[in-house]
Amino acid sequence: MANVSTVFREIGAVVQAMGVTLRALLAGPLTVQYPEQPIAVYPRFRARHELRRYENGLERCIGCMLCEAACPTGAIHVEAAENDPAHPVSPGERYAKVYEVNLMRCVFCGDCETACPVEAIVLGHDFELAVYDRDGFLLTKEQLLNPKVPNVVVRAE
Amino acid sequence: MDWINLILIPAIKSVVLVVVLLTGFAYLTWFERKLIGRFQQRIGPNRAWKFGLGHPIADALKMIFKEEIVPSYTDKVLFVLGPALAIAPALLIFAVIPVGPTLNLFGKEIPLVVADVNIGVLWVLAVAGLGTYGIVLGGWASNNKYSLLGALRTSSQMLSYELPMGILLIAVLLVYGTLNLNQIVTPLTPIPWYLRVWILLAFPFYFITMLAETGRKPFDFPETENELVAGFQTEYGSIKFALYYMTEYLHILGASGLAVTLFFGGWRGPFVDQFPILGLFYFAAKVLAMVFLFIWASASVPRPRYDQLLRFCWTFLFPISLVYMAVTAVLVVVM
Repeated sequence: MANVSTVFREIGAVVQAMGVTLRALLAGPLTVQYPEQPIAVYPRFRARHELRRYENGLERCIGCMLCEAACPTGAIHVEAAENDPAHPVSPGERYAKVYEVNLMRCVFCGDCETACPVEAIVLGHDFELAVYDRDGFLLTKEQLLNPKVPNVVVRAE
Repeated sequence: MDWINLILIPAIKSVVLVVVLLTGFAYLTWFERKLIGRFQQRIGPNRAWKFGLGHPIADALKMIFKEEIVPSYTDKVLFVLGPALAIAPALLIFAVIPVGPTLNLFGKEIPLVVADVNIGVLWVLAVAGLGTYGIVLGGWASNNKYSLLGALRTSSQMLSYELPMGILLIAVLLVYGTLNLNQIVTPLTPIPWYLRVWILLAFPFYFITMLAETGRKPFDFPETENELVAGFQTEYGSIKFALYYMTEYLHILGASGLAVTLFFGGWRGPFVDQFPILGLFYFAAKVLAMVFLFIWASASVPRPRYDQLLRFCWTFLFPISLVYMAVTAVLVVVM
């Protein structure tokens, strides 16, 4: 006959295991039905880049190219141009004529955000970055200025 | 006029029973997947139709329309015979289990059991033993080492666990004094309460042997995925695989039905005497609770090693059931 105390200890272990699963059953599912339900992200979650504007519609970006310099992977490409005083694009002397972010290079470190003196470039919450061809990873200025509303809810820190 | 009683009514009852069992099997898979999901804090299947209730139908259609493959190196006759031999006994078990009291339908007294035989419990044991042949033959005919090992494990597991199961059954039957399952539910002489409680003490051990006999997790050695691919059903596909799958779930239903009848009063419950139809619901609810236990155990306990399985049976379960039977015999005679 097996060692009776061992057997009863193991029976106790089984009972304990069944208690764990029962508690899980009563706690209810943790699943998020993702495409139908938004995912909860932290406020500082870093995903796709956005270029912001001032309230009056002027672009924040002044074409200083600090982000390009700060970018560790060289994912950002900026070409600056002088503002036309009659129809300024940005409040500064210059503006970004071309502003491109290569998402295949970007590591979402957020250094561009930190480097920007006017808080023009920020990393938003839109993480749905899949595209059908490689060209789609090159975000143009047009795409950066008009980000889509991300399918997320912002949770507490 | 006797042909109505002898042929027509049993035939109708059998057809209804088989249809209910097969639908029950389909939704048992749904119930299990859903419940296992909840045990793991998931939602479980919910894509097809409301609450995923369409999944079993989709599964059945998929199984039926899969290509029928009989590998060239198998024993063709036995390979095809295997699933049939497995599922027939699984369906037969329910023939003797009373699912409700006698109903009065269309001016006829209809007992809700297909065959009211005197040796009901023996019938169940014999037929359940036959079910092993389907698995062993299927594993042998597959001509595959994994199948063969799975089949051999099945046979030794079944043989080993039939022993404590049979001994515990003897103890229970000593209390009831009959092998007729109908009389076990409605005994001719009332069973004293202390003997009923004493029977319940055997239930945990009986439940372990049930898990082993049905080949359910944590004792699913016939199809140990991590060692034997899929055990005896490695070479099976399409509807033949579905038949083996069905067998497993029908065994769960059959074992649950028998356990409910032996330990928990079968279809009896409050107000059954006034409304006999309630018996059916009580029986279904009790079987469902038993199935819940099965799934709960499979969600909680990992599979032991094979030698641990056999050692547990021979060095713990077997002596314990012998002692239990001896004490029961003394109790029945003395009290």
